Amino acid sequence: MSTISVSNLVKSFGHTKALDGLNLAVSTGEVHGFLGPNGSGKTTTIRILLGLLRQDAGTASLLGGDPWEDATELHRRLAYVPGDVSLWPDLSGGEVIDLLGRLRGGLDPKKKERLLDRFDLDPTKKGRTYSKGNRQKVALVAALASNVELLILDEPTGGLDPLMEAEFRMVINEERSAERTVLLSSHVLSEVEALCDRVSIIREGRTIESGTLTQLRHLTRTSIEAEVSGNPSDLHILSGLHALQVDDHRVSFEVDAEHLGAALAQLSQLGVNSLVSHPPTLEELFLRHYRQDSPKS
Amino acid sequence: MRAFAGTSQLLRLILKRDRGRLLSWILALAGIPIVTANAFIELYATETARSELIATFGSNPAYSALLGPIYGSTIGALTVWRIGVIGSVLIGLMAVLLVIRNTRDEEESGRRELLGATVVGRHAPLTAALVVVMAAGLNIGLLITVGLAALGLEFGGALGYGAGVGTTSAVFAAVGGIAAQLTNGGGAARGVGVGALGLAFILRAAGDAMEIEALGWLSPIGWFTRLRPFSGERWWVLGLSTAVAAGLGAIAYRLASRRDLGAGVLPVRAGPANAAPGLRGPVALAWRLQRSSLLGWSVGIGLLAALYGTVADDVGEIFGGNPQLAEVLAALGGTDRLTDTFFSFTGGVLALVAGAYSIRTALRLRAEEEGLRAEAVLATSTTRGRWMASHLLFAFLGAAVMMVLAGLVMGATYGAAIDDVAGQMARVLGISIIQLPAIWVLTAATAALYGLAPRATVVAWALLLGFLVLGQLGQILRFPQWLLNLSPFSHVATSTASEISAVPIAVLLGVVIFLTGLSFSAFRRRDLTAA
Ligand SMILES: Nc1ncnc2c1ncn2[C@@H]1O[C@H](COP(=O)(O)OP(=O)(O)OP(=O)(O)O)[C@@H](O)[C@H]1O
Ligand SMILES: [Mg+2]
Repeated sequence: MSTISVSNLVKSFGHTKALDGLNLAVSTGEVHGFLGPNGSGKTTTIRILLGLLRQDAGTASLLGGDPWEDATELHRRLAYVPGDVSLWPDLSGGEVIDLLGRLRGGLDPKKKERLLDRFDLDPTKKGRTYSKGNRQKVALVAALASNVELLILDEPTGGLDPLMEAEFRMVINEERSAERTVLLSSHVLSEVEALCDRVSIIREGRTIESGTLTQLRHLTRTSIEAEVSGNPSDLHILSGLHALQVDDHRVSFEVDAEHLGAALAQLSQLGVNSLVSHPPTLEELFLRHYRQDSPKS
Repeated sequence: MRAFAGTSQLLRLILKRDRGRLLSWILALAGIPIVTANAFIELYATETARSELIATFGSNPAYSALLGPIYGSTIGALTVWRIGVIGSVLIGLMAVLLVIRNTRDEEESGRRELLGATVVGRHAPLTAALVVVMAAGLNIGLLITVGLAALGLEFGGALGYGAGVGTTSAVFAAVGGIAAQLTNGGGAARGVGVGALGLAFILRAAGDAMEIEALGWLSPIGWFTRLRPFSGERWWVLGLSTAVAAGLGAIAYRLASRRDLGAGVLPVRAGPANAAPGLRGPVALAWRLQRSSLLGWSVGIGLLAALYGTVADDVGEIFGGNPQLAEVLAALGGTDRLTDTFFSFTGGVLALVAGAYSIRTALRLRAEEEGLRAEAVLATSTTRGRWMASHLLFAFLGAAVMMVLAGLVMGATYGAAIDDVAGQMARVLGISIIQLPAIWVLTAATAALYGLAPRATVVAWALLLGFLVLGQLGQILRFPQWLLNLSPFSHVATSTASEISAVPIAVLLGVVIFLTGLSFSAFRRRDLTAA
């Protein structure tokens, strides 16, 4: 079952092509990470999914409906936390939470109280006097206090302190247990690693990778350092090897996931005395995808 | 001096961002007295024509309330009388709005913080805004002086006019500077600043109408007429307004150094932890956002209406010096007829004020969208149509509330003077609400602009200014009838309610319905723009 399915989405603002054939599939009940460099089109995609913008081409479906045509009905079943939270200066945080909940079709007062407590948020302050992090908490509590099917969160933890970030992760994990679907756009890789079942990485308005983190790791390079008995200088004929350095019997290189087996077989023929291998860190994985010169798949 | 570091960079920034705005204000405000004087040269070429005009309006309290007293019989003096007060109000408006736009609005948007971390001193923004506005005022004054002198008017008077305009802009720039420090938001600051301007206008009008000189001297707008350009200039009045501008400016700086960035001098109180049961739905939200502005504008209109109603009894004296005319008039319907004309005129002035309220209220849509708060509401199950309607409701009905209030208050105060409260309330109410279709054309045009071209909503203000000029100057400048007819207000400005025929009203209402419908269908179709 798919909660969000987007294919070949195109959206231009004047001469800027914000989306250029974007694909995104989020299954029901999963927490889906939505990643990409600044300006790659994450917020634009989310705004199309919310019916705030209309795509130039491509199709989008959300909870089985059309985001533009069926906006009102769909919005009863989802909650949204924008990246830039802007509150009414003269309304208190508590008023905003209640109001947005009611506009959506109701909220769970007990859950609201619990969330206010967990996020340590004072609901009596006026909108203009909240700090950035606290404005974000107001939007989070407003979204999480309604029991909706889908949560769309656009960089929701940008202003949260580490304590609140930890609380946020716990809350999202509980939402996952309650079988809610979450689309989470984020630049915090540890958060993505801790929370997301699957991720989609986009760049320049196009999806360049999508899958579980394990799958994505699989797509990238492992670095190997080894000491062998034989002469390792022949290794360079292997395909899929990068940054090969040979120093007498010591050798170090990076190898693409699909060539790892062949490289190891070759090494063991040379007689391995010691071997250290590093799986790719998440940072390496993303940096590789975010950089301009990385191949597009 | 560290506090002023970066002022020149900010100055350049403001000039770059606001050059279109500044140029429009300067040309419009310098143009108005020059074209008026030019028209008067033709219209009142002879001494006889001028003394007739003065005999009719010169000492009439009702018209003194509207325009101020006539101090002399030259073309220059008549120009000052006809357009000086309106010009001063517009100059004050320009000063207040531009200063707040470049101080409190910038701070509220967070852009100031971005600059604050660089080499910009804490007084630089206020200084840059004041300098820009005063320079604009100076330019307007200079253009007026040169323009009037070039028309052949006496140079001393032209200089007095220009200098008076310049100092008026300085006073209200400082008022804007204070308002920007007092409150937390640009909207509230504009409320305080424009409120002060309104108070100055009402004090001047009351002082001139009731011939209480002290009241007129309390008002910076009164100082302009009391400077008496073209009627034996009292130059020392310039000293007074300069001193007051400097004093008010000093207060603004004092307040600015006492408060934190982003905060106001007035403290923010805590709010309720939960929303009241009634705060559900877009209309309740719009009411919450609009109510204080509706109250403020209503109080202002009510005060102005009370003043007009009070002086209306004196209208009959217009032809006091001309018994033959008075007889003819009595045959035509007597004083009622005269007060009808008067109320139709004042109703037109109040309608422009209500029109300004209505535009401002409709543009709340734009502010909510730009501030990304519309996005929060439209991501809930609120439809675009309901959200838009919630704010337009206040734009349309708010204007109606004001015109009803204006009619009732003018009628009651006038009725009290002639012992016929109930009768006069009903009569003046009719004259007043007949303006509504014209006001609503402005509201609907604003809505249509918002739906079709949200970046061009400033055109709504240009329309209001255009209608004001057509109404106030169209006759004097002998604009062709088709041009005058472009203003919706020209179709409802007939002197008695019974004279209004249904056709123009129906046409105006048709335009209102068409434009409003257009605004909804356009807004449903377009992208929500980010800030
Ligand atoms: N209303 C708009 N008008 C013009 N250009 C826009 C508009 N909205 C977005 N863009 C452009 O579209 C591109 C994608 O922007 P978007 O906000 O979707 O990026 P993002 O992935 O959310 O970035 P970030 O990680 O910084 O939040 C950018 O180049 C941006 O400048
Ligand atoms: Mg974004």
